[in-house]
Amino acid sequence: MAGLIDGLSWLALLGGVFFVIVGGVGLLRLPDFYTRLHAAGITDTMGAGLILLGLMLQGGWTLVSAKLLLILLFLWFTSPTATHALVKAALSDPENPRPLLHEDAPPSKS
Amino acid sequence: MFAATACGILACMVLAMARALMGPTVYDRIMAVNAFGTKTVLIIAVLGFMSGRPDFMDIALVYALINFIGTIAVLKFIRYGDMGWPRNVPDEPDDL
Repeated sequence: MAGLIDGLSWLALLGGVFFVIVGGVGLLRLPDFYTRLHAAGITDTMGAGLILLGLMLQGGWTLVSAKLLLILLFLWFTSPTATHALVKAALSDPENPRPLLHEDAPPSKS
Repeated sequence: MFAATACGILACMVLAMARALMGPTVYDRIMAVNAFGTKTVLIIAVLGFMSGRPDFMDIALVYALINFIGTIAVLKFIRYGDMGWPRNVPDEPDDL
């Protein structure tokens, strides 16, 4: 049983590191600001979620796991809020390049 | 196991720091600093388990709070040019 929990914790931690690195590479490589926000969101939801889940499996039913759960809930509430505020500020700045909106796209031939 | 996780998070922090240093607009930099703070929370939690002192979770929790407040404060400063001090209302009656 302990070995099973350890294995699941391993898997969660490694999956979390995978998502964190994917988010980091996307943060560096994607072409414009609004697509980079998408990469940052991957890190904040899947990466943080899986890593904290792996740590919770290590901690067991203790106060430490409760604190980890609090951190996770807090990250999941604040990260979309911060991203929303960031996009609102970026869109209201006239010097900032606007994203390619649906109306700007050439008409599709359907 | 924890060491491998910490190394992965550290590598990603380097990538976020590179974006913060070269980001073309100020919003790229704010986003990168926000992501950097999230990864700092994660690495504090992992280091707490790695060193066998899970009391570090409190520090991680406080860091998550401060990271969010700091991001919102910097955004407000960029957007309005000040931190939202109460205005001197009698001097600006038109703004009511």
